[in-house]
Amino acid sequence: MTRTLTRARTSTAADAPHTRRAATGSHGRVRTRRKLSPGRIAAWAVLLFALAATLFPFYWMIRTALTPASDLYYDSTGFVPEHPTMINFLRVLGLTSQEEAVAAGGSGAQVDFLRYLLNSVVYSGLIASLQTLFCAMAGYAFARLRFPGRDALFGVLIAALMVPPIFTLLPNFVLVKNLGWLNTFAGMVAPSVLMTPFAVFFLRQFFLSIPREVEEAAVLDGVGAWGIFWRVVLPMSRGPLITIGLTTTVWAWKDYLWPLLTGRDEETRVLTVALGVFQQQSPNTQPDWTGIMAGSTLSVLPVLVLLILLGRRLVESLNFSGIK
Amino acid sequence: MGAKTAVAPPDQGTGIRAAAGKERKRPGRRRDDRKAAWLFLAPALVGFALFYAYPTVRGVYYSLTDYNMLAPPNFVGAENYTQLIGDEQFWNALKVTAYYVVLNIGSQTVLALLLATLMHRLTRSVALRAMLLVPWLVPNVTVGLLWMWLLDANLGFVNHVLEALGLGTSGFFTSPDLAMPTIAAVNTWAYTGYTALLLYAGMLQVPQHLYESASLDGAGEWRMFHRITLPLLRPVLALVLVVSLIGSFQIFDTIAVTTKGGPVGATRVIYYYIYEQAFAQFHMGYASAVAVILALVLGVLTAVQMRLLRASRSDLA
Repeated sequence: MTRTLTRARTSTAADAPHTRRAATGSHGRVRTRRKLSPGRIAAWAVLLFALAATLFPFYWMIRTALTPASDLYYDSTGFVPEHPTMINFLRVLGLTSQEEAVAAGGSGAQVDFLRYLLNSVVYSGLIASLQTLFCAMAGYAFARLRFPGRDALFGVLIAALMVPPIFTLLPNFVLVKNLGWLNTFAGMVAPSVLMTPFAVFFLRQFFLSIPREVEEAAVLDGVGAWGIFWRVVLPMSRGPLITIGLTTTVWAWKDYLWPLLTGRDEETRVLTVALGVFQQQSPNTQPDWTGIMAGSTLSVLPVLVLLILLGRRLVESLNFSGIK
Repeated sequence: MGAKTAVAPPDQGTGIRAAAGKERKRPGRRRDDRKAAWLFLAPALVGFALFYAYPTVRGVYYSLTDYNMLAPPNFVGAENYTQLIGDEQFWNALKVTAYYVVLNIGSQTVLALLLATLMHRLTRSVALRAMLLVPWLVPNVTVGLLWMWLLDANLGFVNHVLEALGLGTSGFFTSPDLAMPTIAAVNTWAYTGYTALLLYAGMLQVPQHLYESASLDGAGEWRMFHRITLPLLRPVLALVLVVSLIGSFQIFDTIAVTTKGGPVGATRVIYYYIYEQAFAQFHMGYASAVAVILALVLGVLTAVQMRLLRASRSDLA
C-alpha cells in the first residue's frame, strides 16, 4: 500500500523526483559525452532524422496553406511557395467575399473557421475546467471524507473504466437526442463534463499522498470540509490538477465522433467536424488542398501555443501512469 | 468482476491504512462527513449514473431489440447476435481491425523503443521531447487530411519524391492493398513520439549507476540495452503496449476522413462498422450488439492492463 502512495506521488507531482534524477544523470555522464564516437554520431543522426520526419509534414502543411490554389499544379515541389499569399487563411476564416473565396479555389460554401475555432475553445475549455473540478471534488471525498459505503462506491465508479467509449456513445446519443439537446453545447459536453473515472482515480491517489497534518491544522481552526478543499487542498495540488486539465484539454480538442454526431450545426460546429465538412464541400475533382491546409493549420496553432506555454509541464506529466 | 479483483487491492490497502491512521491518532472521536461527502460527490455521481451506468444498461438492452431510433424498440432476444455470426461484413471488420492493430502496434512500438533509447542515452532535452509530441497533440482529423495531401496521387509531396527517385507513384488511400498499411503508417507517425515519451519516462526510473558500472566494465551500448534497459523496462513496456492496443482497437477518426471504410471494405474497421450501422443504416439494435462484442474484447484487455499496472508497481516503484 505504501507503494501505491509512493507511486502516486512520483507520477502526479511528476517533475520533482524525475527532473532531479534527470539532472544528476546528465551531470554524471558529462565526461562520457565528450567522446564523439561514430556510434554516437550515428545515433544522433537517427534521432534528428526522426525529428525531421515528425516536423516536416507540418512545414508542408503551412507551405501549402500559403500557396495560391491556382499555382498548386506547377508549384507543389519547391520548399517555398513562389507567390506566398494569405488568401487561403482569409477565406477559411470567412474574411473574404464569396466571389473572392471561389476565385481562390473555394467551393463557395459558407465557411467560418473563426467561429469553429471559438467553438473548439468553448468545447474543450468547458470540458477540461468543469471535469477537472468535479473529479477533484469526488477524488477528495473518496480520499478523505468518511461516509458509509465509500470504498464500494469508489470500486463501482472505477469499474466504468472497463466500458469502452463506443459502447456508451450510442445510448448517450439517443439520450441527448431525446432531451432535445442535439446541436447545443449542453448536449455536446454533458457526457464528459461531470466526471471521468480515470481523473477521479488519479486525483484521489494524489490527495491520499498529502500529509494529513496539513488539513488537521485547518480543522482545528474550525474550517469545514469545503473550506479545507478550496483553501488548503486545491492550492497544494496545482501540479496534478494541471496535468489532468491539460490531458483533458488535448483529448477534447482532438475529439471528433461525438461532436460530429451531436454538434454538426454551424453554431456548435467544432474545428475537427468543420474540417471534415469542409473537405466534403471541395469543388470539382481535386480537393481544395490550399483551403484544407489553411484550416488544418488553424487546428494546430492553438495546440502549439499550449505546448510553448506549458511544454515542460506537459512533457513531464507523460509518466506511464498519466496514460489516459 | 475483473475490475473488482484488479482495482480492489490497492484501494482496500489505502482504505485500511487511512482508517488505521485515523483511529490511532484520535481514538475517542469518530468523524462522519456524510453531508459534505454527498455535496462533493453529487456532480460526479449524477454524471456517472446518467452517462455511464444508465447507457451501459441501455446499450445491452438495445442489443436485444430491433431499435432504429424512429420507432420504439421491440424486444427480439438474441436475434442480433445470431445474425452477427453469419454477417460477413462483421467478420471482415474484425479481420481488418486485427490487421491494423498488428501493423500499427508492431511498427509503433519498435520505433518508439528505438527513439526512447536514443533519447535516454543521448539527451535530456525537454525541447526535443516537446517537438516529438506535436503529432499527438494534433487532432486525428488534421493528421488524416495532412497525410491525404502529402500522399495525394497527383500533387502530393511523397509521390513527387517517389517520382524523383524513379519509383512509380501510387494512390495510397485508393488501393485496396495499400490503404490499410497506409493508415497504419500514418497513425504510427502520429503516435510514435507519444509512445516514446512514455517509454522514456519508464527508462528514467532505471537507476543510472547500473549504466555507469556497466560502462566501466566495458559493456557496449547494445549490450546495455539488452541486459539493463530492456529487462528493467519490461513492466512499463507491457503496460504501454496494452494501452496502445486498446487505443488501436478504437481507430475511427483517421478512417472517417480518409478512406471512409473503403476501398471495398478494406479499411472498414469494427468502430467504423458500428458507426455505419447506427448512423447511416439506423440499425441501432444491431450496432449495439457489435458494440457489446467490442466491449467484451476491450474489457478483457483493460483487465489485463489493470493487472500489469499492479505488476509494474511492484517491479519499479
